[in-house]
Amino acid sequence: MESNNLKKTDIIFGLCNCTSNKKYPVLAEVIQKTPNDIITEIIDSGLKGRGGAGFPTGLKWKFAAAGNNPEKYVICNADEGEPGTFKDREILLKVAGKVFAGMAICGYCINASKGYIYLRGEYKFMLPGLNKALLEFHEIIKELGYNFTIKILLGSGAYICGEETSLMESMEGKRGEPRNKPPFPVAEGFNNLPTVINNVETFVNVTMIQKYGVEEFKKLGTQDSRGSKVFSISGDTPNSGVYELELGMKLSDFVEEYGDGDTKAVQVGGASGFCVPRKKFDETIIGFEGVPTGGSMMLFNSSRSMYNVLSNYLDFFAEESCGQCTPCRVGCQQLVQGIKAVKKGVKDEEYLDTLLKLSESIKITAKCGLGQSVANSFFSIVTNFKEEMIY
Amino acid sequence: MINLKIDNIDVSVESGTTILNAAKKLNIKIPTLCYHPDLRIAGNCRICVVEQKGARTLTVSCATPVAEGMTIHTNTLKVRTARKHIIELLLSEHNSECTKCYKNGNCELQTIAAEYKITNENFIDLVPLHNYTIEHYSPSIIKDDSKCIRCQRCVRTCEELQSVSALCVAYKGDHMKISTFLEKSMLDVVCTNCGQCVNRCPVGALVEKNHIEEVWNAIYDPEKHVVVQTAPAVRVALGEDLDMEPGTIVTGKMISALKKLGIDSVLDTDFSADLTIMEEGTELLTRLKKALVDKDNTVALPMMTSCSPGWIKFIEHQFPELLPNLSTCKSPQQMFGALAKTYYAKKRNINPAKVVSISIMPCTAKKFEADRPEMRSSGYKDVDYVLTTRELAIMIKQAGIDFKTLSEEKFDSIMGTSTGAAVIFGASGGVMEAALRTVYELITGIEIPFENLNITPVRGMDGVKEASLKIEGTLPEWNFLEGVTVNTAIAHGLVNAKKVMKNVASGKANYHFIEIMACPGGCLGGGGQPIPTDSDIRMKRNRAIYQEDTGMKLRKSHENPEVIQIYNEFLEKPLSHKSHELLHTTYISRKN
Amino acid sequence: MTEVQEMIINLANKHGSGRESLIPILQAIVEKQNFLSEEAMNEIAEQLDISAAQVFGTASFYSFLDTKPRGKYIIRVCKSIIAEMKGKKEIIKTLENSLKIKVGQTTSDKMFSLLETNDIGWSDQEPSMLINEIPYTNLTPEKVITIINEYRSK
Repeated sequence: MESNNLKKTDIIFGLCNCTSNKKYPVLAEVIQKTPNDIITEIIDSGLKGRGGAGFPTGLKWKFAAAGNNPEKYVICNADEGEPGTFKDREILLKVAGKVFAGMAICGYCINASKGYIYLRGEYKFMLPGLNKALLEFHEIIKELGYNFTIKILLGSGAYICGEETSLMESMEGKRGEPRNKPPFPVAEGFNNLPTVINNVETFVNVTMIQKYGVEEFKKLGTQDSRGSKVFSISGDTPNSGVYELELGMKLSDFVEEYGDGDTKAVQVGGASGFCVPRKKFDETIIGFEGVPTGGSMMLFNSSRSMYNVLSNYLDFFAEESCGQCTPCRVGCQQLVQGIKAVKKGVKDEEYLDTLLKLSESIKITAKCGLGQSVANSFFSIVTNFKEEMIY
Repeated sequence: MINLKIDNIDVSVESGTTILNAAKKLNIKIPTLCYHPDLRIAGNCRICVVEQKGARTLTVSCATPVAEGMTIHTNTLKVRTARKHIIELLLSEHNSECTKCYKNGNCELQTIAAEYKITNENFIDLVPLHNYTIEHYSPSIIKDDSKCIRCQRCVRTCEELQSVSALCVAYKGDHMKISTFLEKSMLDVVCTNCGQCVNRCPVGALVEKNHIEEVWNAIYDPEKHVVVQTAPAVRVALGEDLDMEPGTIVTGKMISALKKLGIDSVLDTDFSADLTIMEEGTELLTRLKKALVDKDNTVALPMMTSCSPGWIKFIEHQFPELLPNLSTCKSPQQMFGALAKTYYAKKRNINPAKVVSISIMPCTAKKFEADRPEMRSSGYKDVDYVLTTRELAIMIKQAGIDFKTLSEEKFDSIMGTSTGAAVIFGASGGVMEAALRTVYELITGIEIPFENLNITPVRGMDGVKEASLKIEGTLPEWNFLEGVTVNTAIAHGLVNAKKVMKNVASGKANYHFIEIMACPGGCLGGGGQPIPTDSDIRMKRNRAIYQEDTGMKLRKSHENPEVIQIYNEFLEKPLSHKSHELLHTTYISRKN
Repeated sequence: MTEVQEMIINLANKHGSGRESLIPILQAIVEKQNFLSEEAMNEIAEQLDISAAQVFGTASFYSFLDTKPRGKYIIRVCKSIIAEMKGKKEIIKTLENSLKIKVGQTTSDKMFSLLETNDIGWSDQEPSMLINEIPYTNLTPEKVITIINEYRSK
């Protein structure tokens, strides 16, 4: 396979004049087109959700646009809570205007007049800046002819509220307990009305696609992973921080650029993601066709105990699970206690196979993505680093 | 119609049907735990998972509507493996002391674990890590967190059916539990003791406080004279816990069983239900007279029934400003209790201190009611112990009685005779109907003009019922009611009580008399009735009650000879000083 | 009317008294009083026409809506794996020694509460912590002492 060298981009954070000069020129252009045209463009661009789930954005908007319900909503999921993810933090601090613009474009497309940003409670310090920017934004777009206002709602310390239905439950004043799907948010979302909920970065991409055009966007990335992605890199790296790269790169290229020379494993996609061991770096593609990520990339060198890593992730899930469904609530506790018991020698190493089978059951029976993803890191760490689980 | 395939069999169902119900149509049984037909769908236990062709994960059949062309398999290796895991997970956080558990033999977790032959412990026991508590301060309900499977059926019941929400889900993750406000005792929060949560708990996490041992002790004690009263709703449901079909009338067998248990005198709450009608009917007329004749606008109308102790606690917490509207009449249970240790003891020449007064009730709130400090009009605790229908069935089994083959016996006297008007107290609308049968005749001198005295507009399962009656042809004494249209409302289930109370509180309501029963269906759906419950079972009990009514010789409370007798010999007349002393009560505000 | 009652009535007027106002109101109370008292939760239940249990059940779901009394300054130290790798243990030790309390506790003068929390979004600058809503990153034991002293002198 031909090697892909890392391609850095500057779409998300770069100056583009689309939202500057306090005029939001990109929105002036958008309103000249029909909602249908814009949705077609977004579909054509191949843009997929940037929060981690990767659902085709244009398709989501198309579903929400259909149907004559007079009241619909646009929600920006800014509950960035996946361990190792902090890219939305930077996007909101540096280019919030692009996020607002993307939301306004969505509102225009699906005929929604109300937008919400659900901002994680840990980012409360951003509120004064965001509210100030919003004031200006509202004034400008009103003049441009948009009927759209954005309100910011704060989270209160619950990772699960990053799950779309849990987020909506929280907005409705309830416990963040995920709902049954179907129905999906585009049909019955916030207040049981049609809702588009997208990640912060996804909305920025929409704005940029409108600014630069679909063809420019399609030049980046691969067939299955169009465009660029913002990554948040941390751990055993001399270069912690936020970086924008084209999707579809080889993990080995990534490690060569960002590792410390002794990278043993990369956790792609946070605690809900996959742990890739050194021997698989070369064959692993970072993108929707390989291992997808919401942006979190954690690097571990050979001094690190993968048992500690897994233990930390499992404790996290056991604590942050909403607790409603049996496989996740009890299953996570069993995984936590299980690896402890094997490590201590209270259970023998065959018990790891019992736990692997259990994690598979959790994956296919849990009510939401949190439970369904626990098996990802469990499976990848236990199978690739079995000795570290036992000795 | 939607066409799909389940286990290779074609089936057609209406759009919106869940996979679970589509399978039921084919007699394919998919196990469930968090699902309950009376409640909205939760989809959290994950027991009912099935395999759907093309789906990434397993599908929960209770929460997923069918789709055209769906292919479902209910019993594959994947499904079995996953389901076994879920059962094992539930067992690992569960205090599995089945032999000592009150729900042993009637526990849904036990049933499914037995079906899947979960015989060895695959996972780590999580119980020691949880510091579970058992809370038993409430007079009616015991909450044992160590048995809870967090299906949330109790929380949903308390919210959806009763609009009380004394129970909630608290915390998250491994700390998630079913709790009350700030984890207080059920005694210290707005719990009405209605027991609907107990009816729907699949396991032993919520059970009634049982008094079986205390009652046995009283029966065995040769010094004590044990008197039992039985509520109307018990006699149409008791059979369900003794291997009989819902809706079987077992009055005669129930009496026979109680005698075999060793009860000294088997009497009838229905007697005091008739008495309640006399007192409450007169009270209503008195209030109407004050309003219409004396033009006294301080008189509290509409008047509301007061025989449902769950309802009483509900209004004391939520609408204390409406307490004056409650009838001051005690419930039939408490009227009976006060009379048992005065009138009855006197007539039978028994030392009231030796009388143990027991009631058999379809209700858990009656245990709370018997414990209310003001319920001591006799000078003693008027009702010593309340047994739910379930507890009576347990005692009958403990005594080795073959219930089905018992002969039919009759109630003892005095306080054992009753009318059809009394037995319908067990159904929503029954108190209203009984009151109307008597009051109408009292003020007009003729029978209420409904065929066979069946006042059908107040019957049935609608949450809120309204009925109006124009009074014509009054006797001279009741002239002030000539041409007056009396407006009534009947509500069952506290969620419906709340609707009516909001209307009354806002001044929008135009009623004169309101009947409220805390439990869905009325007492027949009470928190002490056999488990399981659903609308079908309650309907069957409902039909049985009205059947019992039409089968009785006397159908109007004022015709009850023992009622006539007690007024002649003891109480003098309704609302007399003696009546007020023994048969009427007061209420307290329980707002913060 | 008590101070708490008045505060909540004002909040209900500001945010509305439907269920969707619950969390903004809870957040506002926590901001003013550091936690949710029994009285506050009862009053909120009254204003929003829901049960106190529903208020408690909702609040207790969220880590930042404490129903246990907390200090004026709530310190939340990040306990992610990256924070662990970068020296969170020393930071906790420093705080415990300086404040003379253990994780989970509040100082007797009710100034500081010390808690651990999951990833707060600063993995590139660990160890990190929040004091109320302000993040502090790239922590060292010395830095921590300086920060605490700053708060002490407020």
